[in-house]
Amino acid sequence: MKRCTEFLTKRPRVFFIRSFFIYAALILSVFTLSSTARAQVAVRGETVYTMAGEPIKDGVVLINNGKIERVGQASQIRIPSNYRQLRARVVTPGLIDARSVVGLSGYLNQPTDQSQLELSAAIQPELRAFDAYDARERLVEWLRRFGITTVHTGHAPGALISGQTMIVKTVGDTVEEAVVVQTAMISASLGQAGLGQGGKPPGTRAKEMAMLRAEFLKARDYINKLATAKEEQKPARDLRMEALSRVLRGEIPLLIAADRAQDIITALRLQKEFGIKIVLDGAAEAYLVIDQIKAAGVPVIVHPTMERTAGEAENLSMETAATLRRAGIPVALQSGYETYVPKTRVVLFEAGVAAANGLSFTDALSTITIDAARILGISNRVGSLETGKDADLALFDGDPFEYTTHVTGVIVNGKVVSEEAQ
Amino acid sequence: MKSFLALVCVLLCAVVAGVPLSVSEAQAERPQAYVGAEIIPIVGAPIQNGVLLISRGKIVAVGSRGSVQIPSDAEVHDVSGKVIMPGLIDSHSHIGSVAGGDNSGPIQPEARVLDSIDVRASSMMRARAGGITTVNVMPGSGHLSSGQTLYLKLRRGNIIDDLLIRDAQGNYMGGLKMANGTNPLRTTSPGPFPGTRAKSAALQREAFVKAQDYREKIRRAKGDATKMPARDLGLEALVEVLEGKRVVHFHTHRYDDILTVLRLQKEFGFRVVLHHVSEGWKVPEEIARAKVPCSIIVVDSPGGKLEAINMSMATGAVLDRAGVLVGFHTDDYITDSRLFLRSAALAVRAGMPRDKALYAMTMANAIILDVQNRVGSLQAGKDADFIILSGDPLSVYTHVLETYVEGVRVFDRNDPKDRLYQTGGYGAGRGEVLDLDCFDREEVGN
Repeated sequence: MKRCTEFLTKRPRVFFIRSFFIYAALILSVFTLSSTARAQVAVRGETVYTMAGEPIKDGVVLINNGKIERVGQASQIRIPSNYRQLRARVVTPGLIDARSVVGLSGYLNQPTDQSQLELSAAIQPELRAFDAYDARERLVEWLRRFGITTVHTGHAPGALISGQTMIVKTVGDTVEEAVVVQTAMISASLGQAGLGQGGKPPGTRAKEMAMLRAEFLKARDYINKLATAKEEQKPARDLRMEALSRVLRGEIPLLIAADRAQDIITALRLQKEFGIKIVLDGAAEAYLVIDQIKAAGVPVIVHPTMERTAGEAENLSMETAATLRRAGIPVALQSGYETYVPKTRVVLFEAGVAAANGLSFTDALSTITIDAARILGISNRVGSLETGKDADLALFDGDPFEYTTHVTGVIVNGKVVSEEAQ
Repeated sequence: MKSFLALVCVLLCAVVAGVPLSVSEAQAERPQAYVGAEIIPIVGAPIQNGVLLISRGKIVAVGSRGSVQIPSDAEVHDVSGKVIMPGLIDSHSHIGSVAGGDNSGPIQPEARVLDSIDVRASSMMRARAGGITTVNVMPGSGHLSSGQTLYLKLRRGNIIDDLLIRDAQGNYMGGLKMANGTNPLRTTSPGPFPGTRAKSAALQREAFVKAQDYREKIRRAKGDATKMPARDLGLEALVEVLEGKRVVHFHTHRYDDILTVLRLQKEFGFRVVLHHVSEGWKVPEEIARAKVPCSIIVVDSPGGKLEAINMSMATGAVLDRAGVLVGFHTDDYITDSRLFLRSAALAVRAGMPRDKALYAMTMANAIILDVQNRVGSLQAGKDADFIILSGDPLSVYTHVLETYVEGVRVFDRNDPKDRLYQTGGYGAGRGEVLDLDCFDREEVGN
């Protein structure tokens, strides 16, 4: 369209050509508009991994009005003629990054685009990711082009309680358009990552736990007073207490970043004391305390497979996702939080490496689709290709995990958002 | 009785200590034939059902089964179903917990990786686990010049001397690290470091002018010790650069910074390799015309620092098409040595021909490091540096099974002690320290 206009301004003398191009441009624009906005799409794949049952050979996914209308074998589904048709070697559900900071942490890595950590206080559960997420951040687009359609993002590890997380689709010009869950979890950190900066408390592991327990006791008190105190004695609104109350009531989990086995056990101790839901984040040494994690019924959003072997993650293993899965512990993979280069990882690649290190192909794909959706509490909407779910799909020209395979199409909420081979 | 016990003891010790010894001794003494694998020699077409014959650390023959005469005393290893290719060469890495210059000044060519490296660091083991056999270990990019780099063979050595690569004169080989762009800048605090790009270039030019002057003084002395200038370790290294004896490995990302390097190179006539070249895709013709090789990093996403925001996975493909000699590097810890083959695979994803991508992991880097007559391809007479892979080198599912340097196995996935460094696990990172020298904290304050 833009090119047509340029052409017109450069060569306005030839009327015939001009009118031809005007018509062409008009027709093109109408066509483009209708194709991107068209609500009905049929995706035909040589193999369709629905993540709800066996993969379908020569499968079709019908999409209508943003939702999946039907999934099945091509021989059994008639594709209506008004549906736009896309083809791919492999079709999967849109991929889910179960833990990221993308959209808060921008690609420039300058103070102005780093909103993932606020260090004025150790405990700030009232900080909403919703108020910090930049839907137009280039890294969001970067992930989307690799088939990632849903991201659990928000405040980073690095403070005892750094703030809230949220779940977004990787589309939309505003956070309101992108949001799936406004407050998904509250991000906490134990071990080195939970220590205060510049001499501020907490300065030790014991102090971390003492501060967390004291804060939850306060929140419990807050809940009790709200419920039992007379109207005039009810406590004033306290955003911090409100956020922690939601954890105490079991509405949202506390997402605890802990790499050392001792810190993982500390996290489980906190869970038990307050009867809260927790999700483990990172968990480099989870393989040392499998029985305890399993007994506590806690899911793990395990560190990126390719995370660097350093610091408190020095004992990490590329096989951890497989080890946890084998033990029956729910596992998702994450892109995590990168402070330098690359500014974000891509869970598609992380799952590929997990598949090369003990996970079966399907199990590895689960860690970035249906299992991630279950851990995030959004499996009613995303994570598998089933009738009624959001029409989020990723299309590939081969095995999705092979480095040399391309993502050939991405569909989010029923709209084709990318068709460029990536 | 006493002597009997002593004998038992000696025998036991021999059994315990002798297992790896006997293997390496046998490997050193008897010819070794690796038979049945697909061999990717890099120079020459891939060979199905091939034979790699080595003896005393050198390659004796490479060919298809039947075409290679296997000596009767050779030990034959069945490696059918596997893939053999040359050991990988990494032209830019920071393994061994190295650091170069300190914060006292922006140009420190006198600082040597040689005096800084820990050959027992776990990162060295991870590099072997990634199939890397030759590596250029560099100091960081937080300086205009952070010091002398070191070319190593990843032999299983006790001390750094065991890993050195020596040239025909017996000198250990290495280059000089230089950098421009944002990393060496210190914009918020005054001091000896530059605050702008123009200042960076001026300081680097000044250093070379001084080195030219120093060289002139040495020339004029004509070997007369009384007329020689006082020894200056930094200038000595720069004179080696001016004389083409030491290659400059230049960290440079943005296209204008790349052009600045080419300008300096033209002015002073040194040999240079452009490293990282995130925006090399913007100036492929200029790089090709300068006949300067590039050592490229492939990362998963753009950004993280201002000079890398326009990186592209297609840089390798674009530069290769323009006729530039392209090698890849890990920049370990930026990318992981264990996953070095990913760099080639992702470049192929972005359009680089497969054979060129594999060449870039081996032969191209050998040329970049001036060791192409010894390593980089599987050809008779070259060092027996090779890796045995479980499958296609570009597949995510492929593992490095064994790594050999000069015929000696330095990594074996079947050995749990070695495997720990490939997959990770308890103890895999012990003792490892990350040097954050190339992370410019000042940049964040810009």
